[in-house]
Amino acid sequence: MALKIEHVTRRFGDFTAVKDLSMIVEQGSMYGFLGANGAGKTTTFRMILGLLDATEGSITWNGKPITYANRSHIGYLPEERGLYPKMNVEDQLVYLGQLRGMKKTGAKNAVNQWLEKFEVKHYAQKKVEELSKGNQQKIQLIASLVHKPSLIILDEPFSGLDPVNVEMLKKAILDIQKEGATIVFSSHRMDHVEELCDQLCIMHHGEAIVSGSLREVKRGFGRQNVRLKADFDLTFLGELEGVNSFQPSIEGGLFQISDERIAHELLRTALTRGDIRYFAIEEPSLQDIFIEKVGKEYA
Amino acid sequence: MLDFWTIFSQSFWTKAKTKSFIITTLIVVAGIFLMSNLSGIISKVQEVGVFGDDVDVNTVYLVEDSSNLGVQLEQQLDQLNSDIKVKVTTNSMDELEQQINDEKISIFLVLALDNTNTIQATYTSKNANDFDQPMMIREALQNVQTNIKANSLKLTGEEVSQLFASIQFKQEAVSASSKSEEELSQARGLVYVLIFVIYFSVFYYSNMIAMEVATEKSSRVMEIIISSVSPVKHMFAKIAGVGTLGLLQIALFGLVGFIALKTSSSDLTSGVFSFFGFSNVSVSTMILAVVFFLLGYFLYATLAAMLGSLVSRTEDVQQLLLPMTFLIIIASFIAFSGLGNPEASYVQIASYIPFFTPLVMFLRVGMLDLPVWEPLLGIGILLVTIFILGWFGSRVYRGGVLMYGASQSLKDIKRAMQLGKK
Repeated sequence: MALKIEHVTRRFGDFTAVKDLSMIVEQGSMYGFLGANGAGKTTTFRMILGLLDATEGSITWNGKPITYANRSHIGYLPEERGLYPKMNVEDQLVYLGQLRGMKKTGAKNAVNQWLEKFEVKHYAQKKVEELSKGNQQKIQLIASLVHKPSLIILDEPFSGLDPVNVEMLKKAILDIQKEGATIVFSSHRMDHVEELCDQLCIMHHGEAIVSGSLREVKRGFGRQNVRLKADFDLTFLGELEGVNSFQPSIEGGLFQISDERIAHELLRTALTRGDIRYFAIEEPSLQDIFIEKVGKEYA
Repeated sequence: MLDFWTIFSQSFWTKAKTKSFIITTLIVVAGIFLMSNLSGIISKVQEVGVFGDDVDVNTVYLVEDSSNLGVQLEQQLDQLNSDIKVKVTTNSMDELEQQINDEKISIFLVLALDNTNTIQATYTSKNANDFDQPMMIREALQNVQTNIKANSLKLTGEEVSQLFASIQFKQEAVSASSKSEEELSQARGLVYVLIFVIYFSVFYYSNMIAMEVATEKSSRVMEIIISSVSPVKHMFAKIAGVGTLGLLQIALFGLVGFIALKTSSSDLTSGVFSFFGFSNVSVSTMILAVVFFLLGYFLYATLAAMLGSLVSRTEDVQQLLLPMTFLIIIASFIAFSGLGNPEASYVQIASYIPFFTPLVMFLRVGMLDLPVWEPLLGIGILLVTIFILGWFGSRVYRGGVLMYGASQSLKDIKRAMQLGKK
């Protein structure tokens, strides 16, 4: 019971959008897709959904290829928000639910429950174009969840939302995961991925350059940060062997190192100059890993 | 199959419930009632005298010499059942002209006999575009003249009627497919109206399809839909939904037209309506009209859906539809010009070209007695084309709906095919 992507490649003419991608998303887990714009995330999602066919390789859900026959188990939130601007919220959600195989009355009940949950019940009879962007986003999310799918693909679910709504949607997604749904989502926000995902991959030019569990990815990165605070200038420590970079701050600075032993070396050397007020070894953030791997131009 | 009906009813009802659709329908319905009662309305208006206050358009002011033609003219006009009244006046011509300019009178007539006893008549009215009254007066005067001449030749009434006995003239055609002239002119009106209806509705509803598809694409809801239902199913359900709406709308117009004509005071067998041949509407022509509407609609709607799937913004739809629009317009040109000569070879050839068949073959079937295989062959070719186009269109559609970009040209068809490739 898992989503399996095996050696998938997709070419458009001469351009290779996705190159030899393999991954397994276990049932009930949450998988994060990171990547700059144009890295191949949306193409991968479209292949999972069967909107595009893989040039090579295979994609299966519970051992079977995804076709329109098992489409009712899948929920999709596209990156570009898409709803009928002139149709009212309730009719629209019921219609989309019906397309996913729901009965009309069942869809109506489910839609109303969701609208209540997201505190937008009073918009049920409004046209979508009259809603704020954040509320449209909620409607969009409901459209992808209303039929209780077991595999949910969310392309940038939190973009354009205020922090209160982000929390509300995050909670809803976690609730669904608890009920056993498998969720794949992409984001530009590293903190969301760090917070929510068991597994992740970073895509760059169509390839998964980093993948695995959060811990594996951080360990595998092979770099750590050392934060020092002192009353004297720490610049000279940047010259030390094993220090990759140094970023001075008002009270001290941040060193990036490849080996934990260097951290102690740094501390010892610093103590020869004077008192140290703060010393900490920090794990790299996903942001660091992403920037390092994908390149600073995308940060 | 369930999703097919879901999409079908959604595209049907959302369109049917739009304000613009309802208003357009109501306007056309009102238009039909207005048209069918037009002659009644005009005569009412004339009676009430909205135009030209107290001018009596049916009174002719007569200036005559001593020959006393006025009385005879009045008699003849009576015999012709004309409403025209004759009033002898002694006013001078200048005065009468002034009165016409002042819109006090509408017509005056100057009559005289020359030395060969031939009537010299001058008819004066404000504009030279009157048609009925001068004709009527001319006919009456012609009769007066005949009587005068007959008298001077000392002919009896019987001799005169023998002189003017009308001949028996019959026109027959040798070509097996052609109808008699009488049948032709009866068919012509109905076919004319139906060709116009087919032309207009195929054009209108395929545009609607293209706009629908482009709207769904530009609002990006398309991606959700085709992740639930196959694009091919979506496309055909949409075409079927809008097509049904179209058929119902036309049926409504037809019904309204029927009721309007039945209830209106106008006589179906005279005036404008005799030209349209409404007096004996042929059922087979109506059925063929529905068949050709449906086929034409499916052909062009498939094409329109395909083209609509290529654009990213609704503003670009018209531009991409242009080649298709030309096809429909050319078809209508051939059909309308063929009304006068349905047996022309170019009409015959065009009737087998699938993009023209719906209009041109219908014209031929409606106007001529074709052997059954001809329309069937045309319909066969059309069905095959629709099938090929449906297959091709759904391939393009599948890729086209995923394509977002600035370029809008027919070259995109190739890109879309590539994208939608299995």
